[in-house]
Amino acid sequence: MAEEKKLFKVKIDNISVEVEPGTTILNAARRIGGDIVPPAMCYYSKLQGSGGKCRTCLVKVTKGSEADPRPMPKLVASCRTTVMDGMEVANITSPEVQEARKGVVEFLLLNHPLDCPVCDQAGECHLQDLSYEHGAETTRYEFKRRTFDRIDIGDKIQLHMTRCILCYRCVFTADQLTEKREHGVLGRGEVAEIGTYIHQSLDNNFIGNVIDVCPVGALTDKTFRFKNRVWFLKAVDAHRQCEDPKCCGKTVLWMRGDEVFRVTARKDKYGEVEDWICDTCRFDKKDVKDWVIEGPRNIDRHSVISQGHYVGVHKPKDTLVEVLDGRQPKLLLDIHTVSEVNRPDIDLSQIDGPAHSDDFNKK
Amino acid sequence: MQALTSRARQVDRKPMTFIEKIYLWNILKGMVITFKHIWKRKETVRYPEQKRPFSPVFRGLHILNRDAEGRENCTACGLCAVACPAEAITMEAAERKPGEEHLYREEKYAARYEINMLRCIFCGFCEEACPKDAIYLTETFAPANYNREGFIYGKQDLLIPAPGEKKKA
Repeated sequence: MAEEKKLFKVKIDNISVEVEPGTTILNAARRIGGDIVPPAMCYYSKLQGSGGKCRTCLVKVTKGSEADPRPMPKLVASCRTTVMDGMEVANITSPEVQEARKGVVEFLLLNHPLDCPVCDQAGECHLQDLSYEHGAETTRYEFKRRTFDRIDIGDKIQLHMTRCILCYRCVFTADQLTEKREHGVLGRGEVAEIGTYIHQSLDNNFIGNVIDVCPVGALTDKTFRFKNRVWFLKAVDAHRQCEDPKCCGKTVLWMRGDEVFRVTARKDKYGEVEDWICDTCRFDKKDVKDWVIEGPRNIDRHSVISQGHYVGVHKPKDTLVEVLDGRQPKLLLDIHTVSEVNRPDIDLSQIDGPAHSDDFNKK
Repeated sequence: MQALTSRARQVDRKPMTFIEKIYLWNILKGMVITFKHIWKRKETVRYPEQKRPFSPVFRGLHILNRDAEGRENCTACGLCAVACPAEAITMEAAERKPGEEHLYREEKYAARYEINMLRCIFCGFCEEACPKDAIYLTETFAPANYNREGFIYGKQDLLIPAPGEKKKA
């Protein structure tokens, strides 16, 4: 007799969904999709044990279950709370949740330096999106923000501890993807920080994934550092045959012209990677010839990254050459004769780390 | 045919009389108008010597600002370029090296910054977008030039002189 799995019926913001027992409220909401999905800064569906740290996914359980219809006394973290049959959850319909989330954002931003103009994550930063959507305009914090010097973790990864919100995602990534974890969270409470204990480089073929999982700009790609803003780059899907069996080889190339500025894993609509990629793909293959390009990446219309991506534009036929009997129009100004920006002889993407003054001054 | 306006009048094609032919009356009429204008307030100014005051919200030529210590404010965040509806602004960022702290305020700075004044429409969005108070539109015009090359403004044209630095001629 085939045993039918009993499904739990949950109502999230008055939308019903049936999920398997053991599903968290957050994943049940993601089954429905749309606006009612609580934001998550620390939960990562691909990492076991993640979640429960940042409290941005707080929801109100207005009805515990069919058996016990009392509401839960406090707001609960939806990424850690599993559903019960007949549970009713309020997320965007509850002003209490919205208010609490505003407070959580204020807490997350307490020590955040807000150096978005300098930060390479700006434009694809979850904290930026979250504070735009849920945060207050000002902070009430009057004390000095804690500061750290930036640390090089290996020659490819840059750690800005000031920007870190201690979500533990990178720690879980290193734990579950690489053979040996070499970094973790040191200290407790106010002095907690990500570190390698003794300045040790993280050297592992999959450690680059910590850059992708970092929801803020704490861990960034040093080979891309300050090269360009993400919204000036064109994202294209690409793949290559990777020698590493654990690497899927399916990536997003961030290009400008024919230059590959950055390689990242493909991220879904919740900002989580679809599959992990190895460091060889991420850091060493900065040439278009290494890749098979599939086509432009579909980027959310509301993201700043989609600026300047003119999708579905039909270029009108230039009839000038026909009218001029095949003569090309006279070029009045070749911009490269005057402009010093985007000089054809300087390939910024080929420089190892960030560009410096001497990179531009060389003839 | 019905006239389109009530002010349409049939043109008088009669040959002129002798009085009309010597034009004396019409010249007098014209001179009266001319002399009347001598006493009126002049609307024009003698431009290169005399200049009209600009409105305080006038949006003219851009400058790149420095802070009180003479360090460049711009961190090449790209917000001016993304706000620019004419796509006139381009830039390339670089990392500040140790020893360059007196030149640039933050660890990232614009190594190259260019505004194509042929493209610029002086809307002032770059000034509004700037989070670092780095770009400002001043109360001057972009000077005219015979060549297109002269309208590509680089950092040396846009940056205000540092304190102590001699002003460019």
